[in-house]
Amino acid sequence: MAFIPKVQIEKVNIKYQTLDGETNALEDISLSIREGEFVSIVGPSGCGKSTLLSLISGLLKPTSGQVLIDGKPPQGSSQKLGYMLQQDYLFEWRTVYKNIMLGLEIQGKNKHSVKNKVHNLLKQYGLWSFRHYYPHQLSGGMRQRVALIRTLAVDPEILLLDEPFAALDYQTRLTLEDEVATILKRANKTVILVTHDISEAVAMSDRVIVISKRPGRVKADFKIEYAAGRLAPFETRKAPEFRNYFNCIWKELDIHVEGTPSG
Amino acid sequence: MWKEHLVAKLKQHLGKGGVTPEHAHYLAQIRLGKLAVWATQLTLLIALILFWEVGANMRLIDPFITSQPSSIYHTFLRMAKDSSIFLHTGITVLETTLSFIIGTIAGSLIAVFLWWSDFFSRVLDPYIVILNSTPKIALGPLFIVFLGDGMKSIITMALTISIIVTIVMVYTGFREVDPNKIKLIRTFGANKLQILQKVVLPASVPTMMAALKVNVGMSFVGVIVGEFLVARAGLGYLIVYGQQVFQLHLAMTSVVVLIITAAVLYQLVACLENRFLRWKE
Repeated sequence: MAFIPKVQIEKVNIKYQTLDGETNALEDISLSIREGEFVSIVGPSGCGKSTLLSLISGLLKPTSGQVLIDGKPPQGSSQKLGYMLQQDYLFEWRTVYKNIMLGLEIQGKNKHSVKNKVHNLLKQYGLWSFRHYYPHQLSGGMRQRVALIRTLAVDPEILLLDEPFAALDYQTRLTLEDEVATILKRANKTVILVTHDISEAVAMSDRVIVISKRPGRVKADFKIEYAAGRLAPFETRKAPEFRNYFNCIWKELDIHVEGTPSG
Repeated sequence: MWKEHLVAKLKQHLGKGGVTPEHAHYLAQIRLGKLAVWATQLTLLIALILFWEVGANMRLIDPFITSQPSSIYHTFLRMAKDSSIFLHTGITVLETTLSFIIGTIAGSLIAVFLWWSDFFSRVLDPYIVILNSTPKIALGPLFIVFLGDGMKSIITMALTISIIVTIVMVYTGFREVDPNKIKLIRTFGANKLQILQKVVLPASVPTMMAALKVNVGMSFVGVIVGEFLVARAGLGYLIVYGQQVFQLHLAMTSVVVLIITAAVLYQLVACLENRFLRWKE
């Protein structure tokens, strides 16, 4: 049986046209992501990380090259995909429960059997007693958790996470990273996480891809493996390999703040 | 002795629902503040009426020109007896409500159309800007020529004012909807109609409610001006008639009734707003 990657990006270029001219956002990107793999994409700001996610989700068409999902080009906004944005973007006029039902409503799947699943998700994430609350009554961590359930409710095979923890405070971020990684791993979801936080990428993923600054190209591709096997992110941060991966990626990123001399 | 007792009683009442004595004290402070504002408002009103009445009786002001509260009261009673005041008020309210409702619905529909079609919103933009800055009241005499000197002209007058305001306010509201919310719903595969239904319209409810509030006032202005110009009934007609035959009691009574009616209509819309914006609390 031929091996078909879950997500396949082939020689993709993206150029933005504006009145002032043309911007090369992504250049000659090729990537192949296996089913169940947790891949992080890191890179300097403005390198086109989020563009890459829009591309995979089908919200954006490549200028050249192609994106294949399960070996086929995505049709419109594919129902196989779940997208989580930097902020929760909960609809403040809907209750927690109604917010979670949003995707199902759009896809016309709000049937009885699905509702049971949503109830279970709510209970599993400790949000059951808050289901009739409005978003402004929740803390930041809870809101992002609601956003996650909203994404999971439509049962996507591939999750695209666009810096979903960036707006949270440090403690909440660590807790949620743990929760999300564990749950997605258990459900064998394919995950593509965009982040600027190297430690988050190393702690959560099987693989870290470094994108260069604009025009974005694949600069390095690290396989993250721990001698102790796959651990929860909180534990991996303590593993001996962690610091090593962190340093390698840090070097690849080649970040220097303007004004400081670069070595 | 009884004074202290009264103060204690009042404090106890004001602090009702406090979980601790400190909380009760805090509640009492806040409620006392509210009470003070309310009492001062009432005192101001009473003082104004008293000054008006007494001043007119002592001939400090000329009641032939300014009328006076007691005459207004008697005029009102007389007009209530033959129900003429209710008839006139009813007509004004009917005209206002009609133009308010039509203006709001039609204006919102046009705003939806503009949101839907980027091309037409750009085409129509200068027309709307110019219409918005034109004093629509100036068109009144033309409407009378076009539509005759009846209720049609009055409602059209008010409608032109309220519809433009609605289009501008609601369309602006639509455009201010967070594009990331739209992106989010698009990731679920939403089409344009779904974006409108699930994001743009509900997110714009606060703006639409604000537009409603403005609209009540606008429609009222339009109707009254229309009645000044052509009507044979309505509060605007009464005011003009009272002025023309120099019956200032009649004109003042109509103005007072007008003020109260406007306040009631505004409150009704405010109630509607509360119903729709429960999630905000």
